[in-house]
Amino acid sequence: MWNYEKRLQFPVNITQPNAKIAQVIMSQYGGPDGELGASMRYLSQRYTMPYPEVAGLLTDIGTEELAHLEMVSAIVYQLTKNLSMEEIEASGFAPYYTDHTLGIYPQSAGGIPFNAGAFQSKGDAITDLTEDLAAEQKARTTYDNILRLVKDNEVAEPIRFLRAREIVHFQRFGEGLRLIQDKLDAKNFYAFNPEFDRCKC
Amino acid sequence: MKSNMVNERARLYHNINVIGFVIVDMIEYLDTHPYDKEAIEYLNHYLALKHQAMAEYAEKYGPLSIGNVPDTDCNEWKWATQPMPWEGGF
Repeated sequence: MWNYEKRLQFPVNITQPNAKIAQVIMSQYGGPDGELGASMRYLSQRYTMPYPEVAGLLTDIGTEELAHLEMVSAIVYQLTKNLSMEEIEASGFAPYYTDHTLGIYPQSAGGIPFNAGAFQSKGDAITDLTEDLAAEQKARTTYDNILRLVKDNEVAEPIRFLRAREIVHFQRFGEGLRLIQDKLDAKNFYAFNPEFDRCKC
Repeated sequence: MKSNMVNERARLYHNINVIGFVIVDMIEYLDTHPYDKEAIEYLNHYLALKHQAMAEYAEKYGPLSIGNVPDTDCNEWKWATQPMPWEGGF
């Protein structure tokens, strides 16, 4: 289960609304490489992960991603708070406004609603960890792309924090993959799937 | 006087964020290094600091976690009445 702490993992205090930049940042909430998908990926993969260290790692990183999802949502919320009708129209925010008013909804920068098809839970330890490594890099690239678009430091600071965490998680998942491989047959990692096949020894 | 109180609250809140970050980072490190004695001691030190800071914050300004609700304050359920963290907060 989870307990809520009534604070953001890293502070978000944005004073200048900017609907244009909100529209791209919301991709890291509900887009293909966003925090919602990251969290659901790791929290789904952990059940059949046979090694407790790696199941624990998926739980703890999946939990941190929930805190990131909250930060990204807070950024989008503060960037779109109190927008006037004129600002909504001038900033190209009218399509989002039509469907969600100023409510926070998980979708990509291109307007596609969150889709669980953006992640896998394959039931194979090597496959899942390799996906997780790629996922951290895809999120890192997205944050790099966002940082090239953001001019406001109040927005850039929490984004930089989130970007740095992708790199740390990539490191941790690399260690997780190594732990898995150490427990498999060094001559053929794929001799059996530890999440499905019974070990013969 | 009032701004000093705000500063004090912001300072304590910032400390909790810093300590909280150390804990998250160390927990993930220990998942893949569960026998690193030095890291366990380091984490334990920060867990104690977090416990202390969360209790102090709850006592003075209201709880940030349901585990820290002071049993001495029955006049107001501050968990519900304090602002949510995305509303600026501290």
